[in-house]
Amino acid sequence: MIKRFLPLLAASALFAACETASTTSGDATSSAATSSQAQAQASASSETGSAGLTAENQLASVGDTVLFGFDSASLTDSAQATLNRQAAFLQASPTLRVLIGGHADERGTREYNLALGERRAAATRDYLVAKGVNSARIRIISYGKERPMAVGSNESAWSKNRRAVTALN
Amino acid sequence: MDIMILSAPVNTVSGTALWRSLLLLLCALMLFVFSVGTAGAQTQRLDITEGQVAPIPVAIAEFTGPDGLPSEVGRQISQIISDDLVSSGLFSAVDSAAFIKPPESPSIRPDFSNWTPLGAKGLLVGSAFLDADGLLQIEFVLWDIVSQRNITEGGGSANQSGIRRIAHQIADFVYQEFTGDSPYFDTQIVYVSESGPRDRRVKRLAIMDQDGFNHKFLTSGLDLVLTPRFSPTAHEVAYLNYFNDEPNVYLLDIASGRTERLGSFPGMTFAPRFDPDGNKLIMSLAQDGRTDIFQMDLRTQSLSQLTRSASIDTSPSFAPDGSKIVFNSDRGGSQQLYIMDATGKNVKRISFGQGRYATPVWSPRGDIIAFTKMFKNEFFIGVMNVDGSGERLLARGFLVEAPTWAPNGRVLMYFKQEPVSNDGQGGQTYLYRVDITGFNERRVNTPADASDPAWSPLLQ
Repeated sequence: MIKRFLPLLAASALFAACETASTTSGDATSSAATSSQAQAQASASSETGSAGLTAENQLASVGDTVLFGFDSASLTDSAQATLNRQAAFLQASPTLRVLIGGHADERGTREYNLALGERRAAATRDYLVAKGVNSARIRIISYGKERPMAVGSNESAWSKNRRAVTALN
Repeated sequence: MDIMILSAPVNTVSGTALWRSLLLLLCALMLFVFSVGTAGAQTQRLDITEGQVAPIPVAIAEFTGPDGLPSEVGRQISQIISDDLVSSGLFSAVDSAAFIKPPESPSIRPDFSNWTPLGAKGLLVGSAFLDADGLLQIEFVLWDIVSQRNITEGGGSANQSGIRRIAHQIADFVYQEFTGDSPYFDTQIVYVSESGPRDRRVKRLAIMDQDGFNHKFLTSGLDLVLTPRFSPTAHEVAYLNYFNDEPNVYLLDIASGRTERLGSFPGMTFAPRFDPDGNKLIMSLAQDGRTDIFQMDLRTQSLSQLTRSASIDTSPSFAPDGSKIVFNSDRGGSQQLYIMDATGKNVKRISFGQGRYATPVWSPRGDIIAFTKMFKNEFFIGVMNVDGSGERLLARGFLVEAPTWAPNGRVLMYFKQEPVSNDGQGGQTYLYRVDITGFNERRVNTPADASDPAWSPLLQ
């Protein structure tokens, strides 16, 4: 059966050659950073902050993740506090660009959750922009339920997966 | 291809058949002609929408070679036909061990007194062998044992790569003659093959025959891909592709493997479906926290907006006549199903049961809509009438999602995912199919975990 794939593989190999420089996962929270994230983070890490931390570590220390309620894109008080710190950090490092990834838990249908993830990422971006971050520095993406942070079919995991994650871009 | 021919008052004295020809394209290289005869016999009919029925027993003889003995390729073909028919839940295969010796060739009239005691209603006899050029030569006759008449016969030749398709087409003839319904065995499934850890799942588009054979991958797994959907010709697939971390709807030409991004928009496009003519695509565009439904002209790639609300409007699906669209929206506060004109006007909510409703898909027959329902920590696959009445649930589980219709509107396929434990165990994700009466749920074989199935139209 492998034989039958060969013409296709040849075609997709050409295609793949064009995309090797791009990310395959792009999941901001994945511990295994993909190549483009690694590149982005490598360049970002040359901008070390006052404390000598990389920009990436600074973002992590102010909190890169905000959580949402079930089927909700409302920013809780705790989420707003995190985003206030993110906004301050971004204004202190005006050359940094970020990608906000919106996510959903597995308890929804795929397409609706893609829209829900986009809604969460947009709500996060809009808050940062309202706090003075230039919108041109922010790109958003939705992963729906495709990239859970916590593995497991239980409320504890689901509550961690309803999130928006800000990553250097 | 419809039952009118069967029920037409064709009076035949000696079983002389009314002939018609069907063009069957077996592969890109070989056209071949099937002559199909139908006689005015009273065949067994059943209406599965009335509920569970006893399957029709049919005897499928091993197809014979020129020597009158079962040939190797003949056995293979008989098995494929038998598996197809039995998988529908509407037929049972009479055990071949119980067979009285079947006729040595389809040209010989069977001794019906041998077959009646076995309870068989139909007897399929055929010959199949590879000729000196390696071409398959095949003939078959379907007998109605009750009326002792020849209902359908045909024959042709094909190269060896067409053997499985020929067998599916013969199974389609048998299905059609005995159920009075249009068939679905000569079809394909495109779906998402899944592998790897739960938090970094590798997803690839894959395609296979409806019985799981002839499996092949269509994408490499480098990019996340989701929700493939066949064009009405089954030559192309629209799907969501995360190439370059920019999720957008792409079009894949199956034969060439070529992919094309459909337009470039300030936002994410997803949830594609073709219109019945294949000239347009409807899909969602998410931008600034709102998701609306748009229609794209596939020749010009120009977009027109069909819904305009601050809510999530997604998973659109055309009625088979193209006049209306059913979709999923949370505009009323939770996910529900709505219908609108193809122009976007006259939006009307149709789902009013308990829970949330999603992924509506209009039946190819036009009369009902399949959906995913979420209620009290369970997921269901169900159908409802176009006005929202008559809800029936056909499958349930921790997570069941994404119904897709067989082209005759009698069978639904979807996927089920089992719960995952905290250490990543479990989570098996498989394709299933079920009769629209809710019986005969069966797992569809795939080499790895599988989700997001889409059933093709009958192949041409």
